[in-house]
Amino acid sequence: MVDRHKRIISNFDVSFLVSVGLLIAIGLTAVYSATYSMSGGTHALFKKQLIWIVFGLATMAAIAFFDYRRLERWGYVLYVAAILLLLATLAVGHSGMGAQRWLHLGPFTFQPSEVAKLFIIVALAKYFAEDGITKGHTLRQLVKPLLLVMLPVGLVVKQPDLGTGLMFLFIFCAVVIVAGVRIKSFLILLTASAISAPAAWGILWKHLKDYQKKRLTMFLSPEQDPSGAGYHIIQSKIAIGSGSIFGKGFLHGTQSQLSFLPERHTDFIFSVISEEWGFIGSITVLAVYLFIVLWGIETAQKAKDRFGALLAVGAVAMIFFHIVINIGMTVGIMPVVGVPLPLVSYGGTSALTTLIALGFLPA
Amino acid sequence: MKSDRSGFYGEGDGAGDIKRRLWLLSVCVVVFFAVIVLRLWYLQVIKGPYYRKLSEDNRIRVVSIRPPRGIIYDRNGIPLADNTPSYTITFTPEDAKGKPEVMQKLSGILGVTPQDLEDYVRSEKFRNPYQPIRVRENASFAEVSEVEALKDSLPGVSVQVELRRYYPYGDFASHLIGYIGKITPAQHKIAKYADLPPDFLIGQYGLEQAFDKYIRGVPGKRAIEVDATGHQKKVLYTVNPIAGNDLVTTIDFRAQQAAEDGLKGKTGALVAIDPRNGDILAMVSKPSFDPNIFTVGLTGKDWQYLTTDPGKPLDNRALQGQFPPGSTFKLAVSLAGLETGKATPDSPVVFCTGGWPFGGRVFHCWDKHGHGRTTLHKAIVQSCDTYFYNLGNILGIDKIAKYANYLGLGMKTGIGLREDSGLIPSTAWKLKYRHCKWYPGETISCAIGQGYVNVTPIQLARMAATITNGGVLYRPRVVSAIKYGNGSITQFPPDILWKLPVKQANLDIIRDGMYGVVNEPGGTAHLASSKKVVIGGKTGTAQVIGLGRGRGAKFRDNAWLVAVAPLYNPKIAVAILMEHAGHGGSACGPLAKQVIKAYLRIDDKSIAEKNGFGNLTGTILHRAAVKFGNFTGSRLKAFRSMTGAAKTRMLLGEDRHGR
Repeated sequence: MVDRHKRIISNFDVSFLVSVGLLIAIGLTAVYSATYSMSGGTHALFKKQLIWIVFGLATMAAIAFFDYRRLERWGYVLYVAAILLLLATLAVGHSGMGAQRWLHLGPFTFQPSEVAKLFIIVALAKYFAEDGITKGHTLRQLVKPLLLVMLPVGLVVKQPDLGTGLMFLFIFCAVVIVAGVRIKSFLILLTASAISAPAAWGILWKHLKDYQKKRLTMFLSPEQDPSGAGYHIIQSKIAIGSGSIFGKGFLHGTQSQLSFLPERHTDFIFSVISEEWGFIGSITVLAVYLFIVLWGIETAQKAKDRFGALLAVGAVAMIFFHIVINIGMTVGIMPVVGVPLPLVSYGGTSALTTLIALGFLPA
Repeated sequence: MKSDRSGFYGEGDGAGDIKRRLWLLSVCVVVFFAVIVLRLWYLQVIKGPYYRKLSEDNRIRVVSIRPPRGIIYDRNGIPLADNTPSYTITFTPEDAKGKPEVMQKLSGILGVTPQDLEDYVRSEKFRNPYQPIRVRENASFAEVSEVEALKDSLPGVSVQVELRRYYPYGDFASHLIGYIGKITPAQHKIAKYADLPPDFLIGQYGLEQAFDKYIRGVPGKRAIEVDATGHQKKVLYTVNPIAGNDLVTTIDFRAQQAAEDGLKGKTGALVAIDPRNGDILAMVSKPSFDPNIFTVGLTGKDWQYLTTDPGKPLDNRALQGQFPPGSTFKLAVSLAGLETGKATPDSPVVFCTGGWPFGGRVFHCWDKHGHGRTTLHKAIVQSCDTYFYNLGNILGIDKIAKYANYLGLGMKTGIGLREDSGLIPSTAWKLKYRHCKWYPGETISCAIGQGYVNVTPIQLARMAATITNGGVLYRPRVVSAIKYGNGSITQFPPDILWKLPVKQANLDIIRDGMYGVVNEPGGTAHLASSKKVVIGGKTGTAQVIGLGRGRGAKFRDNAWLVAVAPLYNPKIAVAILMEHAGHGGSACGPLAKQVIKAYLRIDDKSIAEKNGFGNLTGTILHRAAVKFGNFTGSRLKAFRSMTGAAKTRMLLGEDRHGR
């Protein structure tokens, strides 16, 4: 018992804790600034976020002390729970911005798809840890796990929440690559997806809502419709670019404070940071993220067993893809899909999910 | 577990195979982060200044502030064009993009159709982005309060208080003062207007246009910070506009008022000029327009009226109307006759029988009973056509043209406003423009101011002034001074164009004729005579042949009168045209007297006394003067000795105080 505690403390090394703390501080500062002119100076959103963060940190600590092997045992139970949650969302979910994503639980609203990410990471880790294939999976051997992930993907896309759907697939890819795939299978998979992509895209396109189509295409040429769909990207690029090297200063970002930047406390929080803190600020954030991600990969390296390593890989992949897609979107090199920036964007469920995922790491 | 080298990543033991593959993930992570850092470098460092400017454009709206235009005064400091505060409703379409309901609502408040508003907004394509469009100037209180009440649902709409051009007396001297309007795209390309804001108001007509660069002022600007909905957050800086400079005109309010009243409801023009310096004392053209309608938002109906009414209310007849001068032209012919020696007070003597046969036809005198034995003086007084047929025939057109031109007829006066030249024909003119020779018969009609002869009212007023002031031809002056904001003043001195190379004695003979026209029995303008001041003049009744309205279609004759007072010390010369009003003396006589009396303040006792116009003392003297006859040369001296210098001065209106 004492032994295990020592392990946890050493694993939770100081640099990791400091960087997570730093990130949380940056995030809270940014949320404070982004919501500064909202809700008439009560800082209600900021306080709410603070509570979520505290709650999330407690949960992270609990997870870290938790024996992850118990997670492995419950892997498929969690998977079923995730599917049920997603179904429930579709059935009775609360809609917002043209999508059904939220579930009311008493006074709370939360986004089941966020929690589902974690459960599916656990299920995938369990599957690949136990299938015993170490010399690379063949195509046939990948069918089952693919089905395992496609079911929640289908449910999430139906909400519709394209971003989270893609996130599941990215996480799956990361886990599969690390779990091993035969080079032949890999090449076949690559070719097959290259061939089938246009067809799949066509089918997907038919089922997308108009606003999604616009968002997806507008990042290529936002100037086409500067006041409509391209508005987000243009304003975000202006915010980031106008921050220049040193930024405009805390609470002095005109794009953010004068509401030119839409969804600035959630999806476009990085633009707020970049505007107010400049290039210095934005690369600082990136550096902290890079450290956490590489540190996460390092924990996978140190993991005692397959499940532990794959769990860490899944968690790191999830955080990494969130970062890349979110920041890529704000700087205009990725389409606008509603993906939050881990630990920085306003949003309780996202913060909680990220902190739990980080809790997986020291395991 | 057994090692197996056929795996893609090599052998694994426990979690070893997984750990051996983790480098792939790390490479992937580093590559993606590197791409993002490069992108941030590009956006924030390389393109930083560019995006900084875009963000400034986003939040800063530079709104131009109209400067107050300079005030236009009459000669005594009465403002004829002023400024008054009014509400302007503006709309910035960029702030309401994707919200068509805003225009819908706004059009409802303004009482126009959404289509009209949209068209209007689209027509403002030359403005800078985010420059608010003035959609309603001079907004009513109801409109303003409705906008303020609905402010939150009307992004991009706001209310400003601005100074609006205001003409306190409506159509008073409207042609002379002119009007202002938004700078047109075509005007904006002209260098002198190029640096003005797109919806700046500039003078479009009259003095407002001619002196625009002095009175328009310099626009200021206000930079305001707005949020994404276009609502003002704070004022960043303000550059105050510089007010325009004031104009002091030569217009005399009372004379102008008398002229406006006299021509109300009529079609015609009046010009009053000061023979001593060329000052324009009054200028009226009727029908007229109220220049205020151009600044409060011209309606389609107004514009329709202004541009299509056959009375052409936008034309300034005083400067642009070209009319045959009729018998008023006989003054010029008389001068030609006297100067060339073809006429003297005693020769020729023409016996008028009511007509004069020439070239196989009979030229009729206006009085078909005939004037009998007629000399020059009588010919002027009674306007005998037969006499001038004869004199014109003796002179020939070129001599007539020469002296008419000396008197400034048939040429632009140089007043500096839009004007036409009229026409004094000559043999050279006819050869050049009509490509045929002059027929003597044509001279006959020209001698009585018909035929090709065309003049503008201002030319006739100046002619009368020149004959009576000793032959000095002035450039008409409307603006006597510009008062600058810093207190300095630029004066425009009178401008003498030339002194006529004629004998004073001959001018005196004509002047005595003008005296008779008003004051002698048989004179054609006795309605203009006054007991308090000696007025002289000449009537004209010009035939109008409808042009292009069917041959022979006749209108009533145009009535003319030129009048000068006090005749022997002239201070005001008036020319009046009333279209289709018939006889010049009866139509224009009373009005000429009214304008003269108004200018000389004759009915205002205190001022009249000061200026030397006595009340009843004048009447006796005046009667004597009338009985005495002409006032020139030796006769005037005799009159003086008989009545005494003081009384003569009083009667003749000579200066005591240098007015």
